[in-house]
Amino acid sequence: MSRSRPARITRRTALAGGGSLIVSFALRPLPGVAAPGTPGAPPVAAQEELPGSLRNAPLLDSWLRIDAQGGVTVFTGKAELGQGIKTALMQIAAEELAIAPARIALVTADTSRTPNEGYTSGSHSMQDSGTAILHAAAQAREILLGIAAQRLGIPADRLQALDGAAVAPDGRRIGYGELVSEQTLHVRAQAQSRLSDPSRHRVIGADVPRVDIPAKLAGGAAYVQDLRLPGMVHARVVRPPSYGARLRRVQIEQVRALPGVMHIVHDGDYLAVIARREYQAVMAMNALARAAQWEEHPGLPDQARLFAELATWPSELVSVAGHHTETAEPARTLEAEYRRAYQIHGSIGPSCAVALFDDGALTVWTHSQGVYPLRSALAQLLQLPEERVHCIQVPGSGCYGHNGADDAAADAALIARAVPGRPVRVQWMRADEHAWEPFGPAMLARVRGTLDGAGNIVSWEYDVWSNTHATRPGGAGNLMPAWHLATPRAQPPPKPLPLPEGGGDRNALPLYRIPALRVDYHFIPTMPLRVSALRSLGAYLNVFAIESFMDELARAAKADAVQLRLRHLDDPRAAAIITTAAEHFGWARYRRRHGCGRGFAFARYKNLAAYTAVAVEVQVDGESGAIRVLRAVAAVDCGEVVSPDGVRNQIEGGILQALSWTLYESVTFDRTRITSRDWSSYPILRFSAVPQEVEVHVLDRPGQPFLGTGEAAQGPAAAAVANALADAVGVRVREIPLTRSMMRTRKGVPEGRERT
Amino acid sequence: MITLLVNGRSVEVDDDPATPLLYVLRGTLALNGAKFGCGLGQCGACTVIVDDAPVYSCLTPIAALHGRRITTVEGLGTQQDPGPLQRAFIAEQAAQCGYCIAGMMLRAHALLMRDPSPTESAIRGALEPGLCRCGTHLRILRAVRRASRELASARSGGTADTRP
Ligand code: FES
Ligand code: FES
Repeated sequence: MSRSRPARITRRTALAGGGSLIVSFALRPLPGVAAPGTPGAPPVAAQEELPGSLRNAPLLDSWLRIDAQGGVTVFTGKAELGQGIKTALMQIAAEELAIAPARIALVTADTSRTPNEGYTSGSHSMQDSGTAILHAAAQAREILLGIAAQRLGIPADRLQALDGAAVAPDGRRIGYGELVSEQTLHVRAQAQSRLSDPSRHRVIGADVPRVDIPAKLAGGAAYVQDLRLPGMVHARVVRPPSYGARLRRVQIEQVRALPGVMHIVHDGDYLAVIARREYQAVMAMNALARAAQWEEHPGLPDQARLFAELATWPSELVSVAGHHTETAEPARTLEAEYRRAYQIHGSIGPSCAVALFDDGALTVWTHSQGVYPLRSALAQLLQLPEERVHCIQVPGSGCYGHNGADDAAADAALIARAVPGRPVRVQWMRADEHAWEPFGPAMLARVRGTLDGAGNIVSWEYDVWSNTHATRPGGAGNLMPAWHLATPRAQPPPKPLPLPEGGGDRNALPLYRIPALRVDYHFIPTMPLRVSALRSLGAYLNVFAIESFMDELARAAKADAVQLRLRHLDDPRAAAIITTAAEHFGWARYRRRHGCGRGFAFARYKNLAAYTAVAVEVQVDGESGAIRVLRAVAAVDCGEVVSPDGVRNQIEGGILQALSWTLYESVTFDRTRITSRDWSSYPILRFSAVPQEVEVHVLDRPGQPFLGTGEAAQGPAAAAVANALADAVGVRVREIPLTRSMMRTRKGVPEGRERT
Repeated sequence: MITLLVNGRSVEVDDDPATPLLYVLRGTLALNGAKFGCGLGQCGACTVIVDDAPVYSCLTPIAALHGRRITTVEGLGTQQDPGPLQRAFIAEQAAQCGYCIAGMMLRAHALLMRDPSPTESAIRGALEPGLCRCGTHLRILRAVRRASRELASARSGGTADTRP
């Protein structure tokens, strides 16, 4: 393997260097600093670690308020992204407060109302917000029971919380509304809570219909796209045709005269138009685009040589893991290289935001995943004090990571500033979304593994190359519209996300017991294409690589793929998940039909969150080479399950989305422009290619910490398909998208290049 | 002025006749159901039914729709009183972000009006033009099958609510 000679940075310096990026995920205030977003929060010194996000917002009434009528309002700093988080959080509060979920109102991310929980990302919502609400609700219940005990003159432990009231053994009851006063819950949370007994849970673990669905099915105002404020006008942006293009000249006079046009924003290379009606804005945008002349520069790599070049780009070395114990003599050595193309988030609804600039203050309605970080970035962009910027999260089309949401909010803010007092709604066009959103970065991994004579893995060397997976707005420079202004904001230099969660190195470390192991991450700072967090980050390629390679090792050792994994695992939860998926799939009794094959893969997300195993059967059309996944069976362990159907929905969706990424998807570009700008140049999964069936088995672990599932299935699903493909046609495809790669290597690539 | 017949109601709109129906529904008529997804006829988020067939409202100018029957998802029922197809989607919890779902439901509605007991491949064929990025496809299929079953039993049982 040829190596560039990158600067060596140790894990410690990577962590330190990545320190500022912790902001993107945890946003921990310094001890002694009031948690932002908890108005009136007194400075508290961090004492004992509080559970979940209580750490950042320790006052109970930041999370939970009860009015005099007994109505409960729960506050979360997380956002509903279509993952059903609202319903799950209501279930948690309902369980601990012993009231019906329907009696709870839930307020999601809003910089003037909810705690600051950073970004809704990384499958963290259940862990962070779910855990905080669980404890806040349990502690609130105990406080209420304590007050009731005093009033009734009996010990608190004789009281029961039941249906929104404290109930005494003799039947006397006092409703929560009569027990609370304004200050009751304005207290600091304790590190320990008396949680309700998991074996008695009635709402947690039950399938409660999602609260956000009915409006979405009946044309209710469910999305930021549906906001209609009084006097609202519409805007569209004319983007440059390529990264770094400069506006040479633009004739705006004729555009100004078009019907409905109210204003044209022209600031450096930034061009936008405001009109009374939405279609008038679209027509004016088209006219403005025709009236603009740009100067472009080729700055993109040669796509045909991308993977040959990627590993030669300057990189910094992050040592992920390394150990060496006494090993048996290796009998065989295998090595392989796995690749993943640039891919888009591709929300079906292009990014959108509404902004109102009034009296020197800005309000933005946004589907951003992080209203607090967005607020800071917008304040910086418009040079306003943070208190003058208010960001309210409203659901949009599913985002799957850092898409155009924050940029659209910046567009709306910049444009609204030009028409004070008027709410401005801006929605991106399809090409804006396809070409300008930050992509999931192209990645490359090389693995070298050895087996002993008995087919046990002896050694494992792994190198992965990737850009950053985090360019979320920490500052205005990560808001793409800011790059085009007369006084542009440059994108800050990227940094690797720190382990243990990691970015490009997320899941780079196999969970298997391997005596001699080295895992290195080659972090590439240069970003010719705009990139950021796409669901599961580096775990997608790393799990694809590790689990494909495990399959190659199993074939080389003539071992069963499931057995080989089980033999190298010590974690019983991992083993249980693998066995469950294999059994339900019928792995042991599988009979291969012509043109079909089976594949298996497993991972524990980030090596510290949900466990997922996926088995699939694929069929390959001999003529066309089209790959069809016939069925998939998954098993998942995400700790205590709040909403079993919610978990199934996430895993089902994660698998289908991963099939789409894995089989079909790649951003295309020439040396200057992104050329995949619509759904015909960037095809995705359609109904005809959807499996007959995806079965999801959820193993409940009552009392275990909540673990998110939004990103748990993508890596395993990708590898399971590649492994099934190898089983079906004996061709090992190591580059995503698989369909394109298989067409290219139709003549076949030998199984795991063996070295002697 | 152009007269449109939307969900059984006749409305006059003063938009430019070249305006695609989608913008008139969402703007002038303040109906949220039809969604902008691509404006190119590639994703189906904007699907509505004109007379009996699904069309891309993002591509259809209102000039072509004078006096024709337009059905949007608002015409299938309300949040308080969901129609059978909406009930089936709720029963199957057939949405993640839900942005694609109105378009999917209208394709399914047009199919079920034509063929109340469609085969699996007929359902998939009818939905093929619709893109879903969340991977909700299997739930959408289950919801359509459920609606078809329930329609069949409503018909044989003589229940009044046989609108899909
Ligand atoms: S918005 Fe009409 S087909 Fe996509
Ligand atoms: S449910 Fe999100 S696009 Fe279909």
